[in-house]
Amino acid sequence: MPALATIQDFLAAIGRAVIGLAQATGALALFAAQAVLNIVTPPFFPGEFARQLMRIGYFSLPVVGLTALFTGGALALQIYSGGSRFNAESVVPTIVAIGVVRELGPVLCGLMVAGRVGASIAAELGSMRVTEQIDALVTLSTSPMKFLIAPRVLAGTLALPVLTAVADTIGVLGGYLVGTGRLGISPGNYIQNTVDFLTLGDITSSLVKGAVFGFIISVVGCYQGFNSGRGAQGVAQATRNAVVSASILILAANYLLTEVFFSA
Amino acid sequence: MSAQPKILMQGVAKAFGPKKVLRGVDLAVGKGESCVIIGGSGTGKSVTLKCIIGLVRPDGGRIEVDGEALTGRTRPGFLRHFGMLFQGGALFDSLSVWENVAFRFRHGADRLPRAKARDLAIDKLRRVGLEADTADLFPAELSGGMQKRVGLARAIATDPDVIFFDEPTTGLDPIMADVINDLIREIVVEMGATAMTITHDMSSVRKIADRVAMLHEGVIQWSGPVSEIDASGNPYVHQFVNGLPEGPIAAIR
Repeated sequence: MPALATIQDFLAAIGRAVIGLAQATGALALFAAQAVLNIVTPPFFPGEFARQLMRIGYFSLPVVGLTALFTGGALALQIYSGGSRFNAESVVPTIVAIGVVRELGPVLCGLMVAGRVGASIAAELGSMRVTEQIDALVTLSTSPMKFLIAPRVLAGTLALPVLTAVADTIGVLGGYLVGTGRLGISPGNYIQNTVDFLTLGDITSSLVKGAVFGFIISVVGCYQGFNSGRGAQGVAQATRNAVVSASILILAANYLLTEVFFSA
Repeated sequence: MSAQPKILMQGVAKAFGPKKVLRGVDLAVGKGESCVIIGGSGTGKSVTLKCIIGLVRPDGGRIEVDGEALTGRTRPGFLRHFGMLFQGGALFDSLSVWENVAFRFRHGADRLPRAKARDLAIDKLRRVGLEADTADLFPAELSGGMQKRVGLARAIATDPDVIFFDEPTTGLDPIMADVINDLIREIVVEMGATAMTITHDMSSVRKIADRVAMLHEGVIQWSGPVSEIDASGNPYVHQFVNGLPEGPIAAIR
């Protein structure tokens, strides 16, 4: 019966997709566990770690800073515009601070770094796979997991909280500049409102989110690059998957972390 | 060949999905011997070497080095005294030439100070015919022939017992290929190392090999001294060596 066969094919296709997703998730989880194990067991490669810290952290500062600055400014304008409908213009500093520190700072920082660093890690490791550089490491008695993966994952996990703190600060600064320069809020009031309403929990949640997003970006970038297919197409696919997967995982993790920190 | 081979492969088999690449490779390479594996593209020459290094896990069979089975436990010891020249050089893009050559001195268990490691790397670069002023260049700044030389310098940096050469002359002009062949032969003899080379370049085979093994359909079809290669009496070898369109290999294709 053709109808029955069509339904069976449809269900089989769904089944294949689900099995494929489960396999990919399992493989990524095992890779992440291996990465963590290699971070905490010797030998260590401090030179490689320092180089990755510079690359992931320091060189991401301009893009993260500019993103946060403009977003903070735009947020102040939006809140002022929306708040003026209820004569609530005075809430601009508070909502900018909470919005930036709790959500926009870590999430935008994570997404920008996923695009900049996640893609670059996947492309670099993918090229190394294609040109047999990863195989060469093995012949030189060096574990690729220790030399390539562990320093990148550790650097990503440690650099992102710092970048997030920078994004939070510059985001709030963006709101301050617009609030005081364009919206007529006095500088003293703006700072007072920001400081009064921002709690230690807000800052902690922001930094924890940053660390989790950094781990996600570096693990996904490394996983995709390390398991890249052959040829230019394989590297291109690894790069694309690294950015898309990391972005989705960041947004999902952000929701879960927000539930954990603020659901009560 | 001495009584106990340096490298022994017995019944090594490997399949990728339904494709059986190796169907039982038997090969013995004596200590200090230069063995060249020949065969067409896709016949499993690279997979054979990768099974020994541990980059590919065989489905069956046994691999021994100095009479001891190569396992996850014993392979690190084997790799400590091992060097390999890859087909494309496989130089690390992010490291300078001398850092590539001195990789083991900078990152291995026997780590040396930077200046000492650099001096040793320059010595090895000179050994493969490169001047000291290439030491600070990056791989992307080198020609294909120079990259092969740097790869060779890296492979011999720690005077290994065993060296593998993967298509050492691929992508080189005939003159440069001849230079690389001469270098490989000189270095292997000078160091007394055991060498395994995979190639389908017959001029390489005649320059480098003490012994030749012909791999086809996942098994060693013939193995013997290079001096006998033209009179092997084996139809696969005869067809391959003479580049004949007709014969058992073409018939299978």
